[in-house]
Amino acid sequence: MTTTDTYSAVWQRRTPRKRLLIWTGWVALVALFVWCWQLMTENTIWAFVTDAPRQAADIGARMWPLEWGYLPELMGPLWDTINIATLGTIGGVIMAVPVAFLAARNTTPSATILRPIALFIIVASRSINSLIWALLLVAIIGPGLLAGIVAIALRSIGFVGKLLYEAIEETDRRQIEAVRATGAGGLQVLTYGIVPQIMPAFWGISVFRWDINIRESTILGLVGAGGIGLKLNASINTLSWDEVAVILLLILGTVVVSEWVSAKLRRAII
Amino acid sequence: MLHLEGLSKSYAGGDPALSDVTLTVPKGEILGLIGPSGAGKSTLIRCINRLVEPTTGAVRLGDEDLAQLGKTDLRRARRRIGMIFQEYALVERLTVMENVLSGRLGYVPFWRSFLRRYPARDVQQAYRLLDRVGLMDKADSRADALSGGQRQRVGIARALAQEPELLLVDEPTASLDPKTSRQIMRLITEICQERGLPAIVNIHDVPLAQQFMQRIVGLRAGRIVFDGAPSELTEDALTTIYGAEDWNAMRKGDADQAEAEADAQRRLEAIAQ
Repeated sequence: MTTTDTYSAVWQRRTPRKRLLIWTGWVALVALFVWCWQLMTENTIWAFVTDAPRQAADIGARMWPLEWGYLPELMGPLWDTINIATLGTIGGVIMAVPVAFLAARNTTPSATILRPIALFIIVASRSINSLIWALLLVAIIGPGLLAGIVAIALRSIGFVGKLLYEAIEETDRRQIEAVRATGAGGLQVLTYGIVPQIMPAFWGISVFRWDINIRESTILGLVGAGGIGLKLNASINTLSWDEVAVILLLILGTVVVSEWVSAKLRRAII
Repeated sequence: MLHLEGLSKSYAGGDPALSDVTLTVPKGEILGLIGPSGAGKSTLIRCINRLVEPTTGAVRLGDEDLAQLGKTDLRRARRRIGMIFQEYALVERLTVMENVLSGRLGYVPFWRSFLRRYPARDVQQAYRLLDRVGLMDKADSRADALSGGQRQRVGIARALAQEPELLLVDEPTASLDPKTSRQIMRLITEICQERGLPAIVNIHDVPLAQQFMQRIVGLRAGRIVFDGAPSELTEDALTTIYGAEDWNAMRKGDADQAEAEADAQRRLEAIAQ
C-alpha cells in the first residue's frame, strides 16, 4: 500500500481551457440576446403595446355573451373537419408505408437510388406545412373538402414515414435472421420477421398523427379547404366575436376529445 | 451427411474468422463445437446455411454444394436445415403456434402464410411437435409470455417443423439456468436420436458438451485444433483449445463456483436443522 499523500486531492470535471470556452459561450449568448431584443423592438410602436390589455379586454367583452344559437350551424363543418383529418390520415398512412420500407436501411431494395428518393419524399412532405399544402391544392383542385383531405394526407406522409422507417430500422435482427433461416421468401420475411415487430409502432404513430391532424384540419378552412375553419374565417371577417368564441370553444372541445381517444387507443395497443 | 471443405471466411479489414475448415458430419451424429468466444463457432454454423456468406470453400449437404447456390435454390436448401438460436429468436409478438408454423414458410406459398391458412398436415404436425416439447397448452399464448426454457422449446419445435436433414444449434443454453440447460440439451439430443438427425451444437460449457455430445470439435482462432470423442478431451486438449491462461482461469472459476455452491448448501443445511 502507498500512502494517501501521493495522490492528488484536486479533481476538476473540466480542463481550464474547456471552462474558458464555456464561459465565452455564455457571454456570447447573452450578447446575442441583447442584440436580438434591440432588433425586435426597433419597429415596435409602444403605444399599441401599452394599449394591448385594454384591446384584449374589449374583444373579450364583445365575446360575451356567447352566441350559443350558432352551435347547430357548426355541426356540419365540424363533421367535415373530422372527416378531413380521418380520411387524410388514412390516405397519408397508406402512402407512407411503402415509403418507409424503401427508406429503412434494412429493407430498402436499393440503397443508392430508391432510399435517397424515399428520404427526399419524407423531407419534402415534412418541410411544407399543411396550410401551405392546402393553399397549393385549393389552387390546383379547387376549394372544398378534397383539397383539405389531400393536404392532410401529403403532410402526413413525412411524419408517419419518418417514424415508421426508424421503427423498421430498430427491429430485432435475430428474429428476422431466424425467419430467413427457415427458407422464407422476401415477402414472408417481411410479414413474419418485421411486420409483427413494428405493429405497435405503426398503430401508435397512426393514431398520434390522426390526433395532430384533427388540430391541423381546423385551420384549413382559412384558405378555403373546407371544415370549421371556413366558419371561423367568416366570423372573424364580420367581427362577430361572440361567434368566434363559440367556434374556439368547440375546437378546444374536439381536440380534448381526440387527445383522449388517441391516448386510450395507444394504451390499448401497447 | 454434411461435408465442409476448405471453408474460410474473412470479414473486410479483420483477421480471418474461419480458416480452411474441413469437417464431415455423418447422419445421426451430434457434434459439439467448443472454443473461446471469437473462435468462429457462430460464423461456422452460419456459413452452412449462408446467413453469413463464406469467402471460399464448399458446403456439401447430400450432393449439393450450398456455397454455389443462387437465391431461389438457397431458399430451397435452407428449408432442409433447421436452426436453433441462443436467445431463442422467436418472433416475440406472434403466438407459439405461428412461430412453430413459421418453420413451414419455405414450403407454403405467400398467401397461405399471410392469411395463416396452413395446410391441415402442417397444422397437425405443429401440434404433434408442441406435444413432443411439452407445450401443448401454450399453443395460443404469445411467445413473449413464455419463460426462457419454454421459448427455447418453441424454437426447437420451429426448427423441427421444417423436417430438416440437419440441425444447427447456436449456444442453445447460454441464456438459461443450469437445470433448464440440461433439460434443453437432453431434449435436443433425444430428438436427434429419434430421427437420426445430425446436429452441430455450438456450446461454451465444456462439462455440458462432454455430457451430451458424441463428438467434440475444438475451434481456436478459426481453425480446428481438436476433433475426437468427449473422453479424449483431456487437460492438454482443452489447453490447446482455450490457451493455457484462459483454461486455467475457467477451471479456477468453475472450482470457485462449485466451492461457493457447496458452502451455500452447508449453510442452508445448518439453518434447516
